[in-house]
Amino acid sequence: MLSRVANSLYWMVRYVERADNLARLIDVNQQMLLDNESLDSERLRAFWRPIILSTGDEELFNRLYDNAGSSEVVRFLTDDESNPNSIVFCILQARENARTVRDQLSEDLWEELNGLFLYIRSEEAKWLRVSNPQRFYENIRRSAVTFLGIASSTTMRGEQWDFMELGRHLERADKTTRFLDVVTYLSDGDEEAATGTVHWPAILRSCGALGAFRSSERSVTAPSVVNFLIFSRNFPRSVRFCIDRVDVCIHRISGSERGTFCNRAERESGKLLADLNYGLTSVAFSVGLHHFLDNLQARFNAIGDAVFECYVLMPDRIKSYQPTELRSAYSTSNWQMQQQQQQ
Amino acid sequence: MFADDLTVRTHCQELYRKLQSLDRKDFQNRKAAAELYFLRQGITFNVYHDERGTERIFPFDPVPRVIDAAEWEHIETGLTQRITALNLFLYDIYHDQQILNDGVIPRFYVEHAKHYRPEFRGFDVPKDIYIHICGTDLIRDKDGKFYVLEDNGRCPSGASYLLENRNAMKRAFPGLFQEMRVRPVDSYPNDLLEMLEYISPRRDENPVCVLLTPGFYNSAYFEHCYLAREMGIQIVEGSDLIVLDRAVYMRTTRGLQRVDVIYRRIDDDFLDPVVFRKDSVLGVAGLMNAYRAGNVALANAVGTGVADDKVMYYFVPKMIEYYLGQEPILPNVPTYLASEEQDLKYIIEHLPELVVKAANESGGYGMLIGPCATREEIANFRERILSDPRNYIAQPVMSLSRAPTWCEGQMEGRHVDLRPYIIYGDGVKIVPGGLTRVALKKGSLVVNSSQGGGSKDTWVLTRK
Repeated sequence: MLSRVANSLYWMVRYVERADNLARLIDVNQQMLLDNESLDSERLRAFWRPIILSTGDEELFNRLYDNAGSSEVVRFLTDDESNPNSIVFCILQARENARTVRDQLSEDLWEELNGLFLYIRSEEAKWLRVSNPQRFYENIRRSAVTFLGIASSTTMRGEQWDFMELGRHLERADKTTRFLDVVTYLSDGDEEAATGTVHWPAILRSCGALGAFRSSERSVTAPSVVNFLIFSRNFPRSVRFCIDRVDVCIHRISGSERGTFCNRAERESGKLLADLNYGLTSVAFSVGLHHFLDNLQARFNAIGDAVFECYVLMPDRIKSYQPTELRSAYSTSNWQMQQQQQQ
Repeated sequence: MFADDLTVRTHCQELYRKLQSLDRKDFQNRKAAAELYFLRQGITFNVYHDERGTERIFPFDPVPRVIDAAEWEHIETGLTQRITALNLFLYDIYHDQQILNDGVIPRFYVEHAKHYRPEFRGFDVPKDIYIHICGTDLIRDKDGKFYVLEDNGRCPSGASYLLENRNAMKRAFPGLFQEMRVRPVDSYPNDLLEMLEYISPRRDENPVCVLLTPGFYNSAYFEHCYLAREMGIQIVEGSDLIVLDRAVYMRTTRGLQRVDVIYRRIDDDFLDPVVFRKDSVLGVAGLMNAYRAGNVALANAVGTGVADDKVMYYFVPKMIEYYLGQEPILPNVPTYLASEEQDLKYIIEHLPELVVKAANESGGYGMLIGPCATREEIANFRERILSDPRNYIAQPVMSLSRAPTWCEGQMEGRHVDLRPYIIYGDGVKIVPGGLTRVALKKGSLVVNSSQGGGSKDTWVLTRK
């Protein structure tokens, strides 16, 4: 498979997954607000701020908005195209990536993603977003899930699939840690929030985990939630589960045996998986949850970078050749765009 | 569909009867369904100069244009004759230039053609084929005869619309096809692939063919993907290819893979930044080295643009006589060359009646349609022609034939042209039909998609 194609498939799926997760995050928190309608604007700010902080885009948000009320935060995360992590931007990017590999995708798969794109651009979506936000986010999530279903039933099991799975699980693992990280920012001066009685169930729901959690754990406590979302072997959005899938895919791509490595990507994922397999929730708390999650995110990035270098840039195979600015997230300069159009 | 006396032409009677039996509302719904199919499939072209990269569907008219068997045979032999002569001409001017030495075409015209590539003289292209894919534009004048309007011998686009129009028609109006004996068009991708494999420089192994696209901002990007997928070959961008030791490779997750044939959809100028435009970010550095070393084949060959020069078009009938000793089967539209004194005089005196075209523009740009132009536009063109006569030709306004078209809830006549796609490999293959483009604006003669044109399915019938 072409290196560029592998890269685009990887990012296409990552962006769909990201949009799905954000849609769930916003939906869950908006609904939670309905239970707490008495919050004054000061408390409201305190409610949304951790969510912005956990996405890691606080700086951009502060630059674009004066006020951190519900509507600003929701707009920032939903349809602000100057936020490279907003839902709308993710869908655009997913589709742009899909367009570059259109020939590799099944008709149905492309149609679903293109349909989602047409939806977020439609009048219907604009109207729903105001009048019935729950429906609006549900439509996005349903489409993302349908996309996933079509992908899994129409994609040949081979490199193509492995790169897509790799992207999806890496993104999922990242989002799970970010949703967990929300609690880090809660304690800022608010005692009631610090206990997190309201937030833990919301975090579980953001990860689509509440049902699964209840069936295997007794009560919602900080350690039990962290244990479940990071170390569960069987829950498909736990970090450990995701990294296990990542490790499987990375090894299938190269053909080397699991537990061994022949490139940096395999080594990074193998090491991280071992740490998760033998990790303890108590250790996560003793080093500080935020620090622990931060470290995980850095290691996800390391895996992503290593995959990119190993399969797309290939510096050791093409020593003499300087690629014309290949970037990991597909983007094209204006100049390139102009030339493409001149043809 | 209709003869001069408004009777239905024989080969259209069956279709006419079927259309008559369709309910207006039902017809409208089916048309809408076909359009939705195009939109959802992303069968769109990009509108340039639009920051948000807006995409539109190429408007589709659901009334097919019908060509009967005898008419098509005439077109087919005419096009075969024409592409044969064009390829002989290109071979000649890139080798001994006998046609210039014999004075059939003034040397000046070739040497000053914008897309002539003297640096490729003496270079042998694989199988001596220059134009592998040609998209010749034909029109029917009021005399009922087909004329050649222009030969597109560089990277003609539109073949995917030809195929998808048929798919959309079959989905939306399956009933119309019954007992019509419409010839299928779906062999096109396979014909194309066979041609690409035929010109491969490596015969010992299965040749690796790729389609080189400028990228997804290009208006024809959908088509590039479509054709690559139908042929089962990779679609690549310049940055996917590298040249090592005068051979071309693509960068894959399994390392580098040798490439034998490139169906390139980018212009000569952008192919190789080392040789042509230095600022090209679309091409592949060193590609021309590999090409000249005979390690890779390009379709179409480098330098075919000289045959697209509208001045050269004037000489195609002479080429046919010179190389083949035959009369042209499909005539040219009468053409005046601004660089010939007599013609120039005529052009300047008759500007309001003529169509003036710049020699090296396409897509309906750089054109003056005399009868529709304002006084300023005509004055402006007069200046341009006088200051650079080599670059302009003029033609009388041809009254493009009209075909019934669905316009806002009723049938009306709209002007159409026809672009068949000719593949020149191991023999000449022409898919029966072509892209019928239609000027949707009432009275308009401009069929280009960038200027309000749409398209129709084209039905070539088998002999009874």
